[in-house]
Amino acid sequence: MSTSLRNSRAVALAAATAALLLVGLALAFYWVPNAPLEGFRQRIFYIHVPVALTAYACFGWAAWKGLRLLWTREQRYDLESYTAVHMGVIFGILTLVTGSIWARTSWNTWWSWEERQLVLFLVLFLFYSAYFMLRFSVDPGPRRERMSAVYALFGVVLIPVSFLAIRLAEGLIHPVVFDSQVNTRLTASQLITFVVCFAGTLALAGSLYVNELTGKRIDARLGELREALE
Amino acid sequence: MTTAEKYVTAAYLVVLGVLLAYLVIYAFKLSRLEREVGELAELARRKKEAA
Repeated sequence: MSTSLRNSRAVALAAATAALLLVGLALAFYWVPNAPLEGFRQRIFYIHVPVALTAYACFGWAAWKGLRLLWTREQRYDLESYTAVHMGVIFGILTLVTGSIWARTSWNTWWSWEERQLVLFLVLFLFYSAYFMLRFSVDPGPRRERMSAVYALFGVVLIPVSFLAIRLAEGLIHPVVFDSQVNTRLTASQLITFVVCFAGTLALAGSLYVNELTGKRIDARLGELREALE
Repeated sequence: MTTAEKYVTAAYLVVLGVLLAYLVIYAFKLSRLEREVGELAELARRKKEAA
């Protein structure tokens, strides 16, 4: 792909991100009515859940790139997988912080160790945070690439467990919204707002990923150039 | 402003704050890359003069 085409795609993605996030914010604050049970505080849902799902998507993307690396041995997938983990950790931090704020306003506590959904997300987040320790404790080269890819691939197993924990857990207080029960089901306006916000956070992750990957590629190429010149 | 409104605002501001922090870190990275490009250009120029 030519550099100019890549640049114009990045600009289009950034513009789409800005538009989707602004529309999402407007819908969340000015259009969607207050939820019957949660009231105004339910609006945290439109940032917390999309950010959490985006973190899962980033970790899934990292695992996919890791698999591609192991399959094809192409070096470029290593940097792509690493960048996706980087983005996933950023969105993971946002998930934990926004979730804690929601917990404080909804359950009157910042954290609950009894909630499997929260603990499993924390485990997933810590697992991928440890990815950086592994990566930087090994010298650059094919061995590090393979180890990082395998680690990213292992972590993806935690995603369905973390996602389904809320449905498998008993006696939970974390709300379930995507189910068939009438009292917790999303209304049309809530669903539309959620979809726009989710599209916005996915586009944001994509935008950050493209920029971060470009930066990391330039960094790697400058290193090669320095070695050749010195 | 009610307590619920304060918490909702805080949640959205945290996201904005983290994004701005990321932007600042990225700006530092870009300036480092720019400095390295300058150093390499200088190195290449000196090598060419010496050759």
